[in-house]
Amino acid sequence: MKYDLPTKEGYYGNFGGKFVPEILIPVLETLEEAYNEAWADKEFRQEYLDLLNDYVGRPTKLTYANRLTEYYGKAKIYLKREDLCHTGAHKINNAIGQILLAKRMGKERIIAETGAGQHGVATATACAKFGVDCIVYMGAEDMERQKLNVERMRLLGAEVRSVESGSKTLKDATNEAIRDWVTNVEDTFYIIGSVVGPHPYPKMVRNFHRIIGDETRRQLQEAEGRGPDYLLACVGGGSNAIGLFYPFIEDESIKMYGLEASGLGANTDQTAATLTIGEPGVLHGSMSYLLQDKEGQIQLAHSISAGLDYPGIGPEHSYLRDSGRVTYAGITDDQAMKGVKLLSDLEGIIPALETAHAIAYLDELMPQTSKDEIVVLNCSGRGDKDMGTISKNL
Amino acid sequence: MNNNKMIKTDNRIKQLFKRHNESSKIMSLFLTAGYPDLESTVDLILGLEENGTDFIELGMPFSDPLADGPTIQYSSNIAIEKGITMDKIFGMVRQVRQKSEIPIVLMGYINPVLRYGIDEFCEEASKAGVDGLIIPDIPIEESGMISEKIRSQGLSLIYLVAPNSSDQRMQKIDEASDGFVYCVSVTGVTGAREGDEVAQSVARFINRVKQNVVKNPKMVGFGIKTHEDAQRIATDMDGFIVGSALIDTIREHYPENDWKEKVFDFVRTLKYGKS
Repeated sequence: MKYDLPTKEGYYGNFGGKFVPEILIPVLETLEEAYNEAWADKEFRQEYLDLLNDYVGRPTKLTYANRLTEYYGKAKIYLKREDLCHTGAHKINNAIGQILLAKRMGKERIIAETGAGQHGVATATACAKFGVDCIVYMGAEDMERQKLNVERMRLLGAEVRSVESGSKTLKDATNEAIRDWVTNVEDTFYIIGSVVGPHPYPKMVRNFHRIIGDETRRQLQEAEGRGPDYLLACVGGGSNAIGLFYPFIEDESIKMYGLEASGLGANTDQTAATLTIGEPGVLHGSMSYLLQDKEGQIQLAHSISAGLDYPGIGPEHSYLRDSGRVTYAGITDDQAMKGVKLLSDLEGIIPALETAHAIAYLDELMPQTSKDEIVVLNCSGRGDKDMGTISKNL
Repeated sequence: MNNNKMIKTDNRIKQLFKRHNESSKIMSLFLTAGYPDLESTVDLILGLEENGTDFIELGMPFSDPLADGPTIQYSSNIAIEKGITMDKIFGMVRQVRQKSEIPIVLMGYINPVLRYGIDEFCEEASKAGVDGLIIPDIPIEESGMISEKIRSQGLSLIYLVAPNSSDQRMQKIDEASDGFVYCVSVTGVTGAREGDEVAQSVARFINRVKQNVVKNPKMVGFGIKTHEDAQRIATDMDGFIVGSALIDTIREHYPENDWKEKVFDFVRTLKYGKS
């Protein structure tokens, strides 16, 4: 299968596009031009890769999980260790890429939005490293849940702006960030933290994260002399998942699974399972699956993981779902907690609550695998930031 | 007349601009449907008309209004909490139509429209007596999914131009627009601003608009809160649009006994200046 998306207009099948106010259209056009030029420029690519190597700590390890493998007694399980990245999650790959682009475009004021705080911390880190001003919008409720990350951002010199509107979570922080951007288009660069938003963001963020999949391919070749059979990753907006999946999309023998948060259950109103129960619609600049009511008002999402409770999802995931190339399934809060415990007990790795959703799916997947197969699970981030929630729920 | 092949070519917006006397500015006011409560919207529209308003932009509340400032966001949230639906908005327009021929443009985000179904939405809007639509998160690039359906119901599709739209884009937007072009006076979200801030940036912008928007009438909006702002900013424009300052006035006085009178006083002053 030849895979060549998005289209020039920024579409993945019916999903994607640029559903933004007129003021942002010229800004997005300039951004796309700058990004295409930068990505084609060897020096830019080299500077990006050098920073990933010397500062972020790439390549991250591909760890054979021997005890987890023994536990299931089926396929071999490897963990792609994005939790070992500087700042503790994959988010920094994208923050570094976008800050380089912002510098290249002469923008000295950076804004970002954050839910769990990992993207906020990554952006604050990149801004500190490059000496530019950083404002991070964060829902008041998320600030309460993720106090440690708020403190980290402040220590790194970022201004964290509390968002009191709506659900006081990521959705509303994103609205506020877009409003700031609309008001300050001349000097401000908006670093979007996932494969969401108007074109070209989903493409750009995917390409900054594809290093996860590219490294996995090379490392598994070295370790096993072959490629994977199964790829697993959690999906909120979906950036770590698309980073792992993208380089493998054309190889249809590889089965891919995106695990989203179904909260208290996809059949309850306390869920974030966008691809399981959502309907297509427009939020934050692109067409994708959304949690919405019959009037088209956006519904509040719930997950034990602050990083997954977003009512939308990246448009490319919506396309991959409808095309059947990737299987998406919901994992409940309880299942995720079991996932945290399992990886901590068996591998000495405390995963982020987001990652725990992918781990929990092993219960479902592993019985279907055989001993000569290989599973790669993306450890998108480490669990330190979630210790408060984890200890409350264990 | 309502043969479905027949396209209505002269809705109330177009008639208004045809009648328009160059010596005065057309005043359009934005109201959030269902704010401050579901019962008041029709009375407000009729009262605004009596007090000098030439046409109405009726906001369709959305939970995530990313081009709006805190004032309109607030009013949208109240309307949603009070149970506003698209059908109730069409019902409000029907009630207005029993007494008034004031042009009505529905303004809102695309998601609730998609959810209602584009065909059904356009048909119901037209039947209820709506004249046009403004959908800020549909730039011309994304209009393919809606433009034909809107026009086939005789509705105007009104686009916005912004200070950072290139000359070429302004021309394209003028070409795609129908009814008028909405000129966003400053970069930013909706909301009243200090007059000087608006005036300085707007002068350069208006000059470019004059050169590039030639097919349609031109209305200027965003950041206007007084009669003086309006007169200064709308020089060389066909008229001006006020939203947040009106909502703020409602918010300030509702639910005092005479809140509507106070709102209408504000509207008269906005149109005619202090008497």
